[in-house]
Amino acid sequence: MPNIRTIKTTQEAKTTTFSSYSSSFPMQPMHLSAETPTSLKTMFALRFLRAYSKINRYKSPSCLSSSSSSSSIVRRCKRIKLAAYASMARAVGPKRAWSRALLHKVLHRTRLHQSVTRPKVSGAGNGVAGGAINRTDKLRRLVPGGERMDFCSLLGETANYIQCLTAQVHVMEGIADSLPPQAWF
Amino acid sequence: MSSRRSRSRQSGGSAAITDEQIIDLISKLQALLPEIRDRRVDRVSASRVLQETCNHIRSLHREVDDLSERLSQLLSTSDTAQAAIIRSLLM
Repeated sequence: MPNIRTIKTTQEAKTTTFSSYSSSFPMQPMHLSAETPTSLKTMFALRFLRAYSKINRYKSPSCLSSSSSSSSIVRRCKRIKLAAYASMARAVGPKRAWSRALLHKVLHRTRLHQSVTRPKVSGAGNGVAGGAINRTDKLRRLVPGGERMDFCSLLGETANYIQCLTAQVHVMEGIADSLPPQAWF
Repeated sequence: MSSRRSRSRQSGGSAAITDEQIIDLISKLQALLPEIRDRRVDRVSASRVLQETCNHIRSLHREVDDLSERLSQLLSTSDTAQAAIIRSLLM
């Protein structure tokens, strides 16, 4: 099965890629195949592509003239990012605590990831145990909903979140590599 | 935000959790981290696994950021061609 990323960008290669793209998606080589069901990747890809094409259509009629201005690219970048996280959370469904929390954040327009630079918690960081607690706290802030999880659920949810994020990155890369290259800004 | 954080301090509570369960969860996590995936489980401390987990999640978030930027730039020209391609991807 040819990897999407290795395909040349000649017009001929493109047409064959695109016709076989969706059918080849489920058979993509993945190191996480045991844990990440392929259907999840496909479901995320479909949801995300639908949202992506909506963003594309939305900006074309009214703001055509300003569509390549840097502010509209920044705005569109944010919408694409939100669409990616929302599509992933919806594809996973409500069975995971992180996906419920993530969807809640997206719907309520809360910041997706809390800022990394925070004043240090006093008292933490003394000795090995302090370091571990500090790291657990950092992890809680990185995993959506992590602040309200007990330690065991945090570890389990983190593993699943990493698998899904990895799938998300693969799908987004696949889409970006399939689109014809543009002039870079 | 700070009020919510103080609530999170009650972690590690429930007594039913055994050490084995935690070790099992940590080693599952380790298997997902490219930096330390291939090391022997007993050679990597739990604290290191947590550290690498944070780093890995941050780098995945950055990748999503970069890809969103790339995809938004790809949308900025030749709308009709893009739309046709996206449609064909959706088929």
